[in-house]
Amino acid sequence: MTILTMSLLIWGGSLVAGFIGSLTGLGGGVVIVPLLALVFHVDLHYAIGASLLSVIATSSGAAAAYVRDGLSNIRIGMFLEIATTLGAIAGAAIATHVATGAVAVVFGLVLLVAAAASFRHPDVPHAAGPPDRIAAALGLHGIYPDLHGQVQYTAQRVPAGFGIMAIAGGLSGLLGIGSGALKVIAMDDVMRLPFKVSSTTSNFMIGVTAAASAGVYLARGYLDPVLAAPVVLGILPGALLGARLLPRVHSRVLRVVFAAVIVVLAVEMLYQGATGRL
Amino acid sequence: MSRWTDVRTEHVIGALLRIGVLASTALVLVGAVVTLVGHGGDPAAFQVFQGEPPALRGIAGIVREALVFSGPGIIQLGLLVLVATPVARVAFSILAFAAERDLTYVAITAVVLAVLCFSLLSAGL
Repeated sequence: MTILTMSLLIWGGSLVAGFIGSLTGLGGGVVIVPLLALVFHVDLHYAIGASLLSVIATSSGAAAAYVRDGLSNIRIGMFLEIATTLGAIAGAAIATHVATGAVAVVFGLVLLVAAAASFRHPDVPHAAGPPDRIAAALGLHGIYPDLHGQVQYTAQRVPAGFGIMAIAGGLSGLLGIGSGALKVIAMDDVMRLPFKVSSTTSNFMIGVTAAASAGVYLARGYLDPVLAAPVVLGILPGALLGARLLPRVHSRVLRVVFAAVIVVLAVEMLYQGATGRL
Repeated sequence: MSRWTDVRTEHVIGALLRIGVLASTALVLVGAVVTLVGHGGDPAAFQVFQGEPPALRGIAGIVREALVFSGPGIIQLGLLVLVATPVARVAFSILAFAAERDLTYVAITAVVLAVLCFSLLSAGL
């Protein structure tokens, strides 16, 4: 296959991946790595590097559009970014030292968890818990607008949330994904932040986390410009289109369909990773 | 303590992200066109990992390649701008927290910026 044909096909595939990623809330990285590795047989190193860049592009693009929504909590995000960026550098360093088959197996497992997590019920309000000393000291609280007025919230169980964020960063650096699902779990379930605050703050953090690993990937020669170009140029319009359509689609049916697709990709990544084909 | 909901700050961050993403996509697009015009007919070789040449692994090398109008060099410069966009956002946040006299968050943000710079500079100048 020539570079021209391959570039056009990858561009089209990335457009679809960006669209699916933003409609499901899973993010483009979760779709782009299996697409490149399984369909186009791109070496996993290059696939993960290109995916990492697409994650930065969609995160920055979406944040530019939604920065004025007043929902994301910049202080909580910034504090937790200490954990995610350190984790990301560690994850990227591990990725450069282990066999690609092992990375593919971890990727498959994370895909399965992400598919399951996309069925969570987001709108359960959290009961107020004991005040957290770190949250009080660092001002990890806020107010967000709701249909019924202003809702106040304070972060709880900060050390546990911080630890999970370090893992989320590590997986992001290892697998080239945004780890959005795990970030939302850390903030929503563990730190008991409102779901809307968790998801918008998570998006704000994803780009910074991915930028931390990108430096390592660049230095190791994992960022291939000719491969990354169609990926970045395809995923952005795809993601923006998905975000625009999101309010108008019946997400229940879509979620089931996409979760099924993700499970198939996961099994394939696990199988090919375990048998040494990736 | 004043909450950081200053409309002006959010406008600046929004503009910063938009400019970063637009500039990087423009560079990547130009670089892709230059590459495909010159080498579109060559066989694709992404199946085997070889690693990028040293010139495309560091900031100075990438700028040099882009200045001689090499397609991959221009793309790589665009990707560098893309990676720098969230870093610029963090750097700007330091100024915004400083303007609020929130020293705790100036320090926290400075740690994040230091980690990012460590990673990017590990790519070498």
